[in-house]
Amino acid sequence: MESVKPILEFKNTCVSYTKQTMAVKYVSAAIERNTITAIMGPSGCGKSTLLRAVNLMHNLYPNIRVDGEILLNGENILAMEPIDVRRRVGMVFQRPAPFPTMSIYDNVLSGFVLNGIKLSKAEKDATVERCLRSVALWDEVKDVLNKKGTFLSGGQQQRLCIARALAMKPDVLLMDEPTSALDPIATKHIEELLLELQKGVTILIVTHNMGQARRISSKSMFMYLGELVEYGDTETMFTNPIDERTKSYLTGKMG
Amino acid sequence: MNKLKIRHRLAKDKLMLWSICLLAALTAVPLLAILGEVLLRGYDQLSWSFFTEPTPTAYKVTKAIEAGEPIPGGIANGIVGTMIMLGMAVMVAVPLGILCGAFLAENGKNRFAQFVSYLTDLLQGTPSVIIGIITYIWVVVPMKGYSAIAGSVALCIMMLPLIIRSTEETLKILPASLKEAGLALGGNNARVMMKVQLPAAFGGIFTGVLLAVSRVIGETAPLMFTALGCSFVRFAVDKPISAVPLLIWEFFNDPNLQELIWGASLFLLLFVLTLNLLSKYLAKKWNQ
Repeated sequence: MESVKPILEFKNTCVSYTKQTMAVKYVSAAIERNTITAIMGPSGCGKSTLLRAVNLMHNLYPNIRVDGEILLNGENILAMEPIDVRRRVGMVFQRPAPFPTMSIYDNVLSGFVLNGIKLSKAEKDATVERCLRSVALWDEVKDVLNKKGTFLSGGQQQRLCIARALAMKPDVLLMDEPTSALDPIATKHIEELLLELQKGVTILIVTHNMGQARRISSKSMFMYLGELVEYGDTETMFTNPIDERTKSYLTGKMG
Repeated sequence: MNKLKIRHRLAKDKLMLWSICLLAALTAVPLLAILGEVLLRGYDQLSWSFFTEPTPTAYKVTKAIEAGEPIPGGIANGIVGTMIMLGMAVMVAVPLGILCGAFLAENGKNRFAQFVSYLTDLLQGTPSVIIGIITYIWVVVPMKGYSAIAGSVALCIMMLPLIIRSTEETLKILPASLKEAGLALGGNNARVMMKVQLPAAFGGIFTGVLLAVSRVIGETAPLMFTALGCSFVRFAVDKPISAVPLLIWEFFNDPNLQELIWGASLFLLLFVLTLNLLSKYLAKKWNQ
């Protein structure tokens, strides 16, 4: 079998908040195109920190240092302009954060507005419908597009945020515990949605929920104290983990 | 024994509650007393002509007093002057204050920002009479005369720190996720500020502007050095102009006009009250 070129590759990636302590230590991993990769681990293990390194969120905070390389299609992200990277790498946050002053319609298009891209009315309508359909929200909101995004339920808001990220047609979608603030039914909807979306976009998802990782991801990373302990096929990791730490986390002895 | 203890504690609780209510009521007394006094004394003077006619001349007043009639005229010159100066001050202070507030909220730890923040505090604490005399030297002397422009410069300087602070505070309490979400979509800092953060903070900023306006609308001292006063309605911005608080001071100094003080005071008080209520209402509405 011909090896597929990875879309995203971590090479000795390190993140440190202070000079003494490293939150992420020498992580190396290659992420395949159009897969869902779950990042698991106990609180404070550095999984969100690793995720936020990919779209250069750490640049906002001058104390944080990111070292090593992160390659997107072979290009080192850390040497690129943040606004360039973020256009190609979308992100969905833990708490649904639709822009409170914008309507549902404007929320979907906010990426274009924030990038200063002008669209015609027809293009706008088409984009909004395409994106809302892709997150299975269109039928629920097509008559209330002018209402504020915050008027929706938590699960709907999160789907709106996913639609907003997808509107920019990113190569990679980063998700930081996207369902931890949602109820089980909304969570189920989002999970089904992600399985559908992976056909068009590579998803990297941080999750606390082992069941979720098992249900949706094809590859999993297990992180502990900033290190990438184990990375491989999700099924193999759950049934036959190599590392003792992975095993004790997955069996609930550590967490 | 336990029952007795509980009863004792409940009694203490009640006593505490009543004393707090009493003290709270006491603080409201001066405000209500002022409002009542001004309302009682000023109510009679409020009529249509009070708002449409300028200050009466000494001749008209003497004639009215001789004939035993109420004093004619009103405060139209003051109202027009106040509105012109406030309008000009707001047009400069609002954009400047919002930009400065946004800068402080975004770069709080930067040395320069801390310096600016400190200066804002100082400016807020500067006595208005000093701002008046400084504006006199900066504006009135070079322009060779008192003017509405000079008055609005003084008011603008007084409004700035209030607008800066309210903008800064409102932006700071917005959730960080909002800004991060905007940046994560590829927006640059300026665009995220203009399209996401400032609109989300609008309610707080607008309230701040209204409070700043109600704070400076009653300022008298700085206007004495800058606007001087004028006894007729005037729209020119480069000439001396009147203002409601200036009129109150003038009425107080003229034994024949003292009756007009109360009408003017009532107008000022009601205006500020309306602005406060409006800002409360808008802030509430915006937050929903």
